[in-house]
Amino acid sequence: MTLPPPVQDWFAAQGWQPHPHQIALAGTDCDTLLIAPTGGGKTLAGFLRSLCDLQQPYTGLHTLYVSPLKALTHDIARNLARPVAGLGLDIRVEDRTGDTTATTRARQRVDPPHILLTTPESLALMLSYPEAPRIFGTLRRVVIDEIHALAESKRGDQLMLGLSRLRSLAPALTVTGLSATVENPAALAAFMGGAQVLHADPGPTPDIAMLPVTTPPPWSGAGGHYAARDVMRAIEDARMTLVFINTRAQAELFYQALWEVNDTNLPIGLHHSSLSRDVRARAEAAMAAGQLRAMVCTGSLDLGIDWGDVDLVLQVGAPKNVKRLVQRIGRANHQYNTPSRARIVPTNRFEVLECVAALQAVQDGRLDGDPRPAGGLDVLCQHILLMACAGPFCPDTLFQEITRAGPYAAVTRAEFDACVEFCATGGYALRAYDRWQRLVLRGGLWQLRDPRAARDIRMNIGTITASETLKVRRKGRGGMPLGEVDEGFAASLTPGDTFLIGGQTVRYDTLRDMVVEVTLQPARQPKIAVFGGLKMSTSTLLSDRVLALIGDPAQWGALPAATAQWLRLQADISQLPKPGTLTCETYSRGGRAYFCLYGFAGYNAHQTLGLLLTRRMEGAGLGPLGFVATDYAVLVWSLDAVTNPAPLLDPHGLRDGLADWLAENAVMKRSFRAVATIAGLIQRNLPGKRKTGKQATFSSDILYDTLRKYDPDHLLLRITHDQAAHGLVDFGRIEQMLRDRPQIVHTTCARVTPLAAPLMLEAGRVPIRGLGHERLLDEEAARMLADAGLA
Amino acid sequence: MNGYDFSFAGAQFTARPTGALWWPAQNTLIVADLHLGKSARMARRGGGLLPPFEAQDTLHRLAQDVGATGAAQTILLGDTFDDDDAAGDVTAGPHWQRLQDMTQLVSISGNHDPAHGAPDVTLAGIALRHQAALHGAPDISGHFHPKFKLAGRGYAAFLVGRDHLILPAFGTYTGGLDANSPVLTGLVGPGLAILTGRVARAVPYGAVRPAARGNA
Repeated sequence: MTLPPPVQDWFAAQGWQPHPHQIALAGTDCDTLLIAPTGGGKTLAGFLRSLCDLQQPYTGLHTLYVSPLKALTHDIARNLARPVAGLGLDIRVEDRTGDTTATTRARQRVDPPHILLTTPESLALMLSYPEAPRIFGTLRRVVIDEIHALAESKRGDQLMLGLSRLRSLAPALTVTGLSATVENPAALAAFMGGAQVLHADPGPTPDIAMLPVTTPPPWSGAGGHYAARDVMRAIEDARMTLVFINTRAQAELFYQALWEVNDTNLPIGLHHSSLSRDVRARAEAAMAAGQLRAMVCTGSLDLGIDWGDVDLVLQVGAPKNVKRLVQRIGRANHQYNTPSRARIVPTNRFEVLECVAALQAVQDGRLDGDPRPAGGLDVLCQHILLMACAGPFCPDTLFQEITRAGPYAAVTRAEFDACVEFCATGGYALRAYDRWQRLVLRGGLWQLRDPRAARDIRMNIGTITASETLKVRRKGRGGMPLGEVDEGFAASLTPGDTFLIGGQTVRYDTLRDMVVEVTLQPARQPKIAVFGGLKMSTSTLLSDRVLALIGDPAQWGALPAATAQWLRLQADISQLPKPGTLTCETYSRGGRAYFCLYGFAGYNAHQTLGLLLTRRMEGAGLGPLGFVATDYAVLVWSLDAVTNPAPLLDPHGLRDGLADWLAENAVMKRSFRAVATIAGLIQRNLPGKRKTGKQATFSSDILYDTLRKYDPDHLLLRITHDQAAHGLVDFGRIEQMLRDRPQIVHTTCARVTPLAAPLMLEAGRVPIRGLGHERLLDEEAARMLADAGLA
Repeated sequence: MNGYDFSFAGAQFTARPTGALWWPAQNTLIVADLHLGKSARMARRGGGLLPPFEAQDTLHRLAQDVGATGAAQTILLGDTFDDDDAAGDVTAGPHWQRLQDMTQLVSISGNHDPAHGAPDVTLAGIALRHQAALHGAPDISGHFHPKFKLAGRGYAAFLVGRDHLILPAFGTYTGGLDANSPVLTGLVGPGLAILTGRVARAVPYGAVRPAARGNA
């Protein structure tokens, strides 16, 4: 294929040479997955064919672009303006996101633009309108940007269902997926419903190393403040630096730490998803205009605009998986043909190990990644309800359609029917709603019983169910927040309660203007834990590499001296975890017995292991009070000490009762809430639409408990269990751990061991409400009565 | 039974950990705010189809309390039904029938079910009504669904003041109002909160926390 002369001329006028993959993509009518590094002109490649086609007059919507980020749609609109003007095309390019005004949306439904830029959620909404066939019937191209990122979540499930619908509405459609480097392109192509894979030239091998630092990292914490001066020096030496930090709160704090050592007042910006849209937009504009020397950011900049001038990427904190690290490194190539330069900054001693292991994996060319689970049935339920909003549907036709979506290719008719049944009647064993079904079957077509329900269903659109969070700030101090807590957690606090956040114990004082005000209480034991929720686990590949590194002193030459010294100390005082052995320790501190197990099975598996261990400890009368999980270990504290870990870790029967025990647990209840919200059982809490009259509302936990008691086989419980088994529970990795490392090595130590010390300071503790907790509650109630002179 | 015994308006009561109030001298069990039929009401209004088991669950738990105490009569302090329309379905069902065979059910009307029962009943000089009356003390009532937070978690709670005794909501599908909200502290005044749960636990309520002790 050669590009049409006007397009060739436009490239020439820019002084550009089209990349081979751009030309290839413009010439194909096959669905294609393009794998290309950042800076490879990926987005232009996606639109090139549309720009060629639209030189001829066209009526209606021609190209739909879907991006995971609203911000990206704004930028694409701006970036497309140049070639559109340069080619003299008489077309309209518009974006359509949650920020689009109601009048613009209404107009777009009547008179769609030629190119529409949107997000998966807005697409789902548009597909739920009765006009959808007319709007999308003319569609020729769909471009899905950052498809590797979308595929990692339920947003990808939703988008692929939407894509199936688009393929039905516009059979002539060609779909292009744009992706960063992934470990398994074929799987991603299958996710798209089948596509040819096109690889762009990956460019030169990246230059990646640890950032040299003047002081060793601290024992625990995740701030990276110790390295602020070293990072500052690296920024000074580079033209434009992206500083990636793993969490928002840490990004805030690190940003502040950087400014404290920014002696020459270099312009440094901050970007994360808790900042308001205006603030983020200003930061992005400053960066695009070349006004910044560095940007401190979170995953919010994992995706997005090709920052042309970035020549250094700094990763502060453990990368968790090698693939993400490689993708981030890829953001530093101001020129396509020069190597990306990246430096890693571990924030504590454990992370040093992970960073070294990750560097070795990158050098070995090893990418990690787990197979994607099948599409969530909760998302399918939402899709079914939205399709009913668009108009009556035939179940046979819809089933055919959804099985053409990659993630739902293996859905059985029985599963689909169960989802329809859930949408229609609630799907309960007790048929209580025959008169009040949500969907009714008339003449072989399912439709809404009450068309007015469409409004509520549309309000509930989307698969992102992160609960609302409130900032935590020191009372009367102003300044940067210490972090954020879940709204539900904040609501449970009573003035005087102490809890742990960001590794510090604080006392809750008041809730003011949606900010939790606290006072630091460094000397006190926290009374309540902040539950961390689901985190990204360190990948199996990386965990195994870290364990191998710790267990083999011959490899310690690759480690900084302080880290090697720390491991030597551990070897002297206790034991080193090694491949093939399961190392655990017992010690006591502050009147509590601690049991630490170095599982190296990742955060989620350790979270589950914590639940299983405490369950067995409860059975053994040890009075477990809580545990904390990290990617490497799980630490349990109890009233009485573990003396023999073997029965606690006996694989036999470990899984028995797992379901019951987990079912009682906050982790599962949280998971259920997400499933129930997505599936449309409960209405999501919309910002700005606060519930009034608290008596009227009750928590989804009650629904969960009721279902478990009276309808344990209900669809939503099955979905909750399935999903937990993949992510949250990760039982497979526990079993693998017990299988691969059969030898238990248990050491009883007089005090906290070097390896366990960082865990003592870890946030995200999970309380166990067993008999130990009842004992503490009694003490607390008695103390209050005594204080009040009542006992 | 892990109940908590206390006196109110000269009579002896046991707050049961289930949220039911036992009055041994009257051989009477008292519960408030069952909100039976709540899921059906939401479905009628076109909302989500909640698990339709809440009437069954609430009545089953109530039958357990009746069985454990042997109460001759059980007084329902209003909002027994989430609306008057729900009452017919529930009272015709087996769970309600079974309860009627065990105990004499006495209904007091509430704001959700104004057509069901008398507005109040007086027993041993204490008025039983749905919502506490400012000038009707002493009274035992429901309506507010009080919840009390202790050690980071909310528990449905009895609030015991000098003039008013307020019961937690007994229904399965009920939320709660923070016991420390001004409407409740102002009404009940200093007294006790008795938390429901595995055991009934009493904590001081509504009192100003004693200022620095030893400061007298």
